[in-house]
Amino acid sequence: MMPSSSERPYSARARARRILALIRKEVRQIFRDPSSILIAFVLPLILLFLFGYGVSLDTTRTRIGVAIERSTPSARGLLAAFQASPYFEVDVATDRRELEQPLTSGQLRGIIVIPASFDADLWKRSATPAVQVIVDGSDPNTAALVQGYAQGVVGVWTRARAVEAGRVRSPSGSEERFWFNPELSSRFFLVPGSIAIVMALVGTLLTSLVVAREWERGTMEAMMATPVTAIELLLGKIIPYFVLGLASMSLCALVAVWLFDVPFRGSVLALYVISAAFLLPALGQGLLISAATKNQFLASQLALLSAFLPTFLLSGFLFEISSMPRVIQWITNLVPGRWLIPSLQTVFVAGDIWPLFLRDVGAMSLFGVVFLALAVRTTRKRVA
Amino acid sequence: MSKTLVRLHAVTKRFGDAPPALDAVSGSVSAGAITGLVGPDGAGKTTLIRLMAGLVTAEHGSLDVLGFNPATQSASIHTAIGYMPQRFGLYEDLTVEENLTLYADLRALPTAQRADVFEELLAFTDLRSFKTRPAGKLSGGMKQKLGLACALIRKPRLLLLDEPTVGVDPISRRELWRMVRGLRDEGVGVVWSTAYLDEAEACDRVLLMNAGKLLFDGPPRELTRRTEGRVFRMVDIEGRRRPALAATLALPEVIDGVVQGRAIRVVARDAQHVPSVPREAGPHARLLPASPRFEDSFIDILGGGPGGESKLAEGVRAIPGRGENVIEARALTKRFGDFTAASEISFNVSRGEIFGLLGPNGAGKSTTFRMLCGLLKPTSGEGRVAGIDLRRDTAGARGRLGYMAQKFSLYGDLSARQNLRFFAGVYGLSGARKRQQIEQMIDVFALSAHLDMASRELPLGFKQRLALACAVMHEPEALFLDEPTSGVDPITRREFWCHINGLVEKGVAAVVTTHFMEEAEYCDRISLIYRGRSIALGSPDELKARAVTKDRPEPTMEDAFVALVEAYDRTQVAA
Repeated sequence: MMPSSSERPYSARARARRILALIRKEVRQIFRDPSSILIAFVLPLILLFLFGYGVSLDTTRTRIGVAIERSTPSARGLLAAFQASPYFEVDVATDRRELEQPLTSGQLRGIIVIPASFDADLWKRSATPAVQVIVDGSDPNTAALVQGYAQGVVGVWTRARAVEAGRVRSPSGSEERFWFNPELSSRFFLVPGSIAIVMALVGTLLTSLVVAREWERGTMEAMMATPVTAIELLLGKIIPYFVLGLASMSLCALVAVWLFDVPFRGSVLALYVISAAFLLPALGQGLLISAATKNQFLASQLALLSAFLPTFLLSGFLFEISSMPRVIQWITNLVPGRWLIPSLQTVFVAGDIWPLFLRDVGAMSLFGVVFLALAVRTTRKRVA
Repeated sequence: MSKTLVRLHAVTKRFGDAPPALDAVSGSVSAGAITGLVGPDGAGKTTLIRLMAGLVTAEHGSLDVLGFNPATQSASIHTAIGYMPQRFGLYEDLTVEENLTLYADLRALPTAQRADVFEELLAFTDLRSFKTRPAGKLSGGMKQKLGLACALIRKPRLLLLDEPTVGVDPISRRELWRMVRGLRDEGVGVVWSTAYLDEAEACDRVLLMNAGKLLFDGPPRELTRRTEGRVFRMVDIEGRRRPALAATLALPEVIDGVVQGRAIRVVARDAQHVPSVPREAGPHARLLPASPRFEDSFIDILGGGPGGESKLAEGVRAIPGRGENVIEARALTKRFGDFTAASEISFNVSRGEIFGLLGPNGAGKSTTFRMLCGLLKPTSGEGRVAGIDLRRDTAGARGRLGYMAQKFSLYGDLSARQNLRFFAGVYGLSGARKRQQIEQMIDVFALSAHLDMASRELPLGFKQRLALACAVMHEPEALFLDEPTSGVDPITRREFWCHINGLVEKGVAAVVTTHFMEEAEYCDRISLIYRGRSIALGSPDELKARAVTKDRPEPTMEDAFVALVEAYDRTQVAA
């Protein structure tokens, strides 16, 4: 309770001091509030473990049925090839009808029928013998994979047989070869992708929650009656959560490389540049949501719907964008995560490809500017 | 002549299509004075304070705060005012000291002065021993003091306090007043918004508002004089007071009346017609002139109270057996770990009786209450409702009682109508009776205009009405009301009590907790709960009689409360 000092309240120094005070407050709150730690560090680890261990888009050991209509040596040979495949667990029958019931009940994911005419077809020297593949279309993802792998097994077996018989010197048709991910392990792109989800969580969900809480508890109103300006208030939120977002990304990256053996072929600098660019729109969106709703429950729902789910579904993380309907493909351009995923996967699995990174960083920064500007505008509209 | 800090001229503020929150309000706030902003819920008090704080802008009219225009120069205002919003504006995860440091940083208090200022503020607010405690773990009264300390970091020229004493016990309230008076004497201009009329009376000036309009601007004494010669006390009432009150309120020459201990306070519509004494008051009842109080004039200027007939009670069938015990508490004790929240609390409430539990926050009122409603299992002792042992048949007992929780406990996302339907179902009403009861509640509590609004959006008064409606729909024998009128304006409060009185006259037994001292006077008997114990039990008049001293021949309920608590503290120290 002393007379005021001579320093002007809106000099750069005074502003910096206030922002620093707000950051200090925020950091204390983050460390004292278990829910921040939970969202920033525990939840990301759970997600990472889930995608690293639990979810796999590879079909390993899928249960299928093989029906051999006539037991000839070649048919038995093909059966053995199926049994030897690491992708299948095989039930054998002599009639496809025996396998139909387990297929409809979901015990089997597909049926391979080796027809009675199999041997005859084989000697006709036609490119591939007629083998029927029936799949359970209720899960299209698995169905497509079963079909693909089954045809692969048949193709490899046919060619091997032909080479053995000396009739063909080199196998005809194409030989597939995968660059960057030779084992075709889905973990290699799921784990980097889940880092994007984690940053959406910290950037948008956590930020919208903590700001909405300030509105609910009336502290935002009290702050606004002090010399603090709306921009200072927002910077006091953006800076700590930006750092927190990068920290939780770093934790995830370390776990990805050391625990899940995901390769890291790019540079650390590129990883941080890409992540920082994504955090701008994520934070902007969180601040905008909380200023517009001023309610924690609503803010969390909106954050999940507008940031978490699109990053999950429309970013190319789980579902290939090029196989989506054209309209949806166009909509994905409006999802900041869609610009993060390719760069993030590239920096881990392929290496530094700066033209790609710069395009994506540019797009994300643009979203960031728009969201942050809207957030400032909404917050400035004061308490009313 | 003191300096004018705030000048308002014909200020109007509207939110959306609703009627204006402020409608052409003109007035002023002076330095070195406490200006009370008084009015019922939704009168526009908070909007006016936010306007002065430069947080919202007016649509029409002119406003001058400390020589600045809040619409364009809010930054200059923010450096010179102290503002405490309704929920104190504290960070609950931060300690007392960290909250102070934050505000000191934001208000650029030079580092050299900090130690002295903090020391002074902590001494002033008596929080020195709680420096390292998180603000979220302070009691309501302590939070309020810390909120005030934060608003005072740089001694402001203008201090804006928005309902600073809601949910704060009488002792903390007195301390806050002492602190604010000290600031006033140093020349600070204080704006204090409140729904409590005894606080309004203590202000140097009041701006009385209703529905966005300014009704009165002047010293509270001047408003009080409005009802000079029109206020009476009806004494020597025979029999029950509540039917006598209802009959008195029905008289055309009476504008307001409340129960006051054994007597009834009556306000006449004009000075020419002295009210008559209704037959229900008995042959010996008579009127004695009384000095007017602020509240009398407040109700008068707002056009009178809601009358004495409870439509709710009319529709309820009478329960025979007046005087039978309905609620019994025997040595109820509740311990949480090694903390005793309630210790050996005993009382009985009979049919047609209102029993009050009075005490500061955290004293154990709500704990006692919840044990009796079967919501909390007592550590020892027993409770009975309508003869049913709560330990044996909690569900059975709950079906016979109605409970209105302290905090709004209805489903905020459901509309008023959906809440009524839900609670009717929960209490086992169905078919025609369910429809009939719901229709009656809508009619009695005038809910029809708000039926389809989400209940969280309802104005506070309507929330409370809806909560009461949901608690009484199944016509319970025992009614438990936990702070039913907390934060509600005097008119709505009268309406509430009119319903409670009506139900009790039909044979309901009611237990009410309150920290409103005047409200305690509406009760037949009171138990004063302090630090988990019942330290006094008796009728309001008996308790007041125990606080009579030479300097204070006619103590108020609050005087009695403070005197009894202090006496108890002395015996504890002596022991």
